Amino acid sequence: MELVAFVVLTTLAFVSGVVVVVHRNQIVAALSLAANLVAIAGFYLLLQAQFLALLQVIVYAGAIMVLVLFVIMLLNLPDEAHRRGGGRVQGGLGLILAGAFVVLLGLAIARSGDGGFASTSGGFGTVESVGRALFTRFFYAFEAISLLLVVAMIGAVLLAKRRL
Amino acid sequence: MIDWTGILITIVKIVVVIGGLMTGVALMTLVERRVSGVIQFRWGPNRVGPFGLLQPMADGIKFLMKEEIIPRDAHRPIFILAPALSMITALAAFAVVPFGPTIELFGRPIDLVILDLDGGILFAFAATGLGVYGIVCAGWSSRSKYSLMGGLRSSAQMVSYEVALALSVVGVLAASGTLRPTVIVEQQAGWFWNWNALGGGQILGFVLFVIAGFAETNRLPFDLPEAESELVAGYHTEYSSMKFAMFFMAEYIAMFTISSLAVTLFLGGYHLGFPLPFEGLPLVALQVGTFMLKVGLFMFFFVWVRWTLPRLRYDQLMDLGWKRLFPLALANVFLTGLLVTFEVI
Repeated sequence: MELVAFVVLTTLAFVSGVVVVVHRNQIVAALSLAANLVAIAGFYLLLQAQFLALLQVIVYAGAIMVLVLFVIMLLNLPDEAHRRGGGRVQGGLGLILAGAFVVLLGLAIARSGDGGFASTSGGFGTVESVGRALFTRFFYAFEAISLLLVVAMIGAVLLAKRRL
Repeated sequence: MIDWTGILITIVKIVVVIGGLMTGVALMTLVERRVSGVIQFRWGPNRVGPFGLLQPMADGIKFLMKEEIIPRDAHRPIFILAPALSMITALAAFAVVPFGPTIELFGRPIDLVILDLDGGILFAFAATGLGVYGIVCAGWSSRSKYSLMGGLRSSAQMVSYEVALALSVVGVLAASGTLRPTVIVEQQAGWFWNWNALGGGQILGFVLFVIAGFAETNRLPFDLPEAESELVAGYHTEYSSMKFAMFFMAEYIAMFTISSLAVTLFLGGYHLGFPLPFEGLPLVALQVGTFMLKVGLFMFFFVWVRWTLPRLRYDQLMDLGWKRLFPLALANVFLTGLLVTFEVI
């Protein structure tokens, strides 16, 4: 069961990821990114982190990607179908960076060994356990992040108001 | 070891719920037109069958027989995908709504809910949140100005009101201390003053939820995405035949979902509101009936409001969402926090 789900999700995540990069149409790319985010939520579910999976769908697929789509549609960009890709420097740089990323990932996987994941206890990944962890062990980090978000929000409003 | 009986039970539950929903949707299309007739002092459809009861069937056949038109410049894959997306997300949200208590059949406890999830309320919001994609895709892929404007309006509207909708529920969640719909319903058992909207101190949350719910389902007075006088039919202008019908059904299913969520969260779910002297299957049947009656009354309220109130202007809509509902919802969260801290509820 788990293996089947994993294979399906991986295929979905991989294909949609490739489409995001390759497709010339911005809307199709954005929709594929949304599908990709949902597939990753599926991975979280497989790892028993159901709260995280639900939040991933609500926040990323349900809110952020909708805003991205909204902006793309408002800008009404011309179809990129007839435009050529970036120059030679851009391509070369992309290849190098992608290679570096693959090496980095490989190192991380090699380091982690093949012991698999630690087994989880019954309440793992539920709303309650995540909430408890946030408000006890990670209390200061949690509050610092919320402060940071408020500052960012006020900054965004200020910047937008100046141009009104 | 795979629990085949469990899977079979779940499939049966899914079939029953979808069948019930579809029947409800068919009935609602008739109820809407008949009630609008009553409100506007005219008859409404009363020719096909007794009281016009066969009208939905006639409509369904008509939709199936109509020519299916896909505009030449439309983006075909997304144009075809959009109505399906709308339907799937609308149906998925219903999975976590408990429509009855746990019953015992053939020595096996069966929950009368498809998916008894720890974060059930979040699941419903995730599904309704994804519902925007159907509308946005339809609006964009049609390559028509009216459709695009409808799609843009609706995505802005749904994203705005989702915030108020989610915040209005936080009060209930804080008071119940759980996100599991079945537990939230069980806490409202007994007399009707145990319901969250009454004794639970969530009356403000309930009103906010209903208003935001109307906006979330694109119903009047918030049906700007399909404002006929400005946008022809909004995002589904270019759709015909069964594809249009799917948008139509998705809208009604979304109404059913919001109604059932309101009943579950605020109005005691499937509980009758007073204790009964008997138990067992008769009580369960009565409770399922109560749930359907409550949801039905709520659906009637949707129709009633639609034919009573005029449509808001776009800036009024955004004002209401961000400057009125949002602060009120925050205030409700704060008040509920106080009540919970001092153990009033």
